[in-house]
Amino acid sequence: MSHAPVPAAVPSGPVRISGVPLDERTAIVVGASSGMGAALVKQLAREGYRVAALARRKAQLDALAAACAPLCAASGGAVLPVVHDAAHLPAVPTLFERVVRELGGLDLFVYAAGVMPKIGKEQYDTAIDREILAVNLDGAIAWGNECANYMRTRRRGTIVGISSIAGDRGRKGNPVYCTSKAALNTYLEALRNRLSESGVHVCTIKPGYVDTAMTQGMDKLFWLISPEEAARQILAAARNRVNTRYVPLRWAAVGTVLKLVPSFLFRRASI
Amino acid sequence: MPPAALQGNHLAPPPPLRARPARSYERVEGWGMAVGGDSTVLRPTSVDEVRACFDLARRERASLGLRGTGCSYGDASCNERGHVLDLTRMNRLIAFDAATGVAEVEGGFTIEQLWKHALPLGYWPKVVSGTMFPTLAGAAAMNIHGKNNYAVGTIGDAIREFDLVAPGGELFTCSRTQNADLFHAAIGGFGMLGVITRVVIGTKRVHSGDLEVRAFANRNLREMMQYFEAHKATSDYLVGWIDCFGGGEELGRGLVHDARYLDEGEDDHPERTLALAHQQLPASILGFPKSEVWKILRYFSNDVGIRAINTAKYWSGRLESMGEPHRQSHAAFAFLLDYVPGWKLAYGPGGLIQYQSFLPNATAHDAYVELMRWNQRRGFVPYLGVFKRHRPDPFWLTHAVDGWSFAMDFKVVPARRAELWKHCAELTEIVLGAGGKFYFAKDLVIAPRDVQRMFPAERLDAFVALKRRLDPDGLLQTDLWRRVFQPWC
Repeated sequence: MSHAPVPAAVPSGPVRISGVPLDERTAIVVGASSGMGAALVKQLAREGYRVAALARRKAQLDALAAACAPLCAASGGAVLPVVHDAAHLPAVPTLFERVVRELGGLDLFVYAAGVMPKIGKEQYDTAIDREILAVNLDGAIAWGNECANYMRTRRRGTIVGISSIAGDRGRKGNPVYCTSKAALNTYLEALRNRLSESGVHVCTIKPGYVDTAMTQGMDKLFWLISPEEAARQILAAARNRVNTRYVPLRWAAVGTVLKLVPSFLFRRASI
Repeated sequence: MPPAALQGNHLAPPPPLRARPARSYERVEGWGMAVGGDSTVLRPTSVDEVRACFDLARRERASLGLRGTGCSYGDASCNERGHVLDLTRMNRLIAFDAATGVAEVEGGFTIEQLWKHALPLGYWPKVVSGTMFPTLAGAAAMNIHGKNNYAVGTIGDAIREFDLVAPGGELFTCSRTQNADLFHAAIGGFGMLGVITRVVIGTKRVHSGDLEVRAFANRNLREMMQYFEAHKATSDYLVGWIDCFGGGEELGRGLVHDARYLDEGEDDHPERTLALAHQQLPASILGFPKSEVWKILRYFSNDVGIRAINTAKYWSGRLESMGEPHRQSHAAFAFLLDYVPGWKLAYGPGGLIQYQSFLPNATAHDAYVELMRWNQRRGFVPYLGVFKRHRPDPFWLTHAVDGWSFAMDFKVVPARRAELWKHCAELTEIVLGAGGKFYFAKDLVIAPRDVQRMFPAERLDAFVALKRRLDPDGLLQTDLWRRVFQPWC
């Protein structure tokens, strides 16, 4: 009897260990060299993911890969360090393709790249502002679009954007940082709505104070958590398909109150 | 058809700004979702960009599979090991002659675009599939047919001329008189000879936006076939639905829908029925918004649920058949598959395959009865069965025969996948033993040896020789090509 070989099936329902099927453990983290990005890469490596860690700074990436090596050896995961400047948009489509081929798929994408340069009280510097938008917003859109299209056609996957509580209000301290995060929130919400019919989830993370390079030298820090704890909570929110999550959760109360403060009062506050 | 004879809305495509096709990386799967892989997808917008796609694929040492809207059920537009050229952005209307109904369009122009342009002018495409989404290049490459195949042939019979860009970059204009071999090989040539970038196709003059439709309920397959034979000289469309769960005396029970065009004067208000507003598919089904219906259908996507739905459909069809003939819009009659958006998702993660076999008149009845019995014995009962009448055509790799086709939709349950393929191989033995054929737009199961039994050897050899001439380095490939052709040629 002539019998055609059975083509490979669309993967479905494989063995589950700790909630995530083994063949759904591929991830990209953009902005992986330090802070929450690095902590996420380590956490994913520990869980046996194949993770592509993308960042600008090669030395930190190499250190991260070295630190992850024993974790990967124990879990069966892998870390793929890739030097990439998130603000360099033309590189994104081909890099996306290369990395996803290398990983053999993409189930989780985290955009953790972000900059918050110190802006002087009376400083209005468009060049710096554009730099903030390029990293915090343009890069997120360029990567988000590639991921959205890929995951849409696979009808599964999760996109996580690390935004900020700073996007909730326009603060006097750093106008364009707030702008970039507010725009990121809107972009992520739109993406979430657009992809909901395709089975793809988009999760917006609004961290409060996390002990990273960005908060170094700030005074009046409270409820400070470690990047590792933030990473744990971020992954939990993404897996529970939460739409928007303040990290840690108690910032939700602050966020809600801050959103209600009328403008004439908000402008008097020193935040 | 020389371009000079075409008049009317002449929308020339703008000159290309740059010959660099859009590129993305995504999952490319067959419409039935039972096969697919991640591929680089190139989306050209002009002939120059199509050529750039060939160059790019060669540079990256990747094969190139051609794809329209991805409506082929199986692996005809998938290329798991290479790149995919998606023609959907080359979808402009070049000209439509309102005096003759001849349309000249780019390859990515869809059947939906065609009927929506033509109908208000009093024309309907001569051949349409059960869904309006295929591109004309894809429809030509697969040589699709409709519910009127027995009367007007396949879409190839309606096509007057097309341009084909071969992998070497040469553009061939093909018709019955110019490059006639290529014309007859590329229609039905499943995208293995080149990219069809322009199509000239005739449409039919209609005097109303409605058809007159009557239903007939048949107790078994013999009754259905007798109805078709008695009406095929006078009806414009005939399509049978079969409840594949029917057994014993009711094996092959189902419904025939029989439609005819209205003559001039029969419709009192043709200007109203020809308007697009009249052709809307219903927005809700049994009170549910249609975009939500597939989520409900999921719960019926099992033997018990489908058996219940089919029984209800059969008996309501019996009632319908006792009534008078009624009028239905062209779109509502033709595009049954588009009623419930996303209905295929109700089949679940394994997707579905459609097993459509074509049999000559003499052997069809007995072979189809055997297929249905075999399905029931093995516990693989199709959830949808569609029956049609066909006629032969001159295209080299055509599926059409002077006979019948029976399309059976099987749910693919991942755990029983290999068993289902084995079952289909057994069905294929019955079909080929009865002189049958298969259709590349649907197939996902036949083996290389099966295709050699479907066509005369000299026909296959001629096709392969033509492919070697146009595509010497074998750039154009799909999963289908590698599955059924490459092993022996």
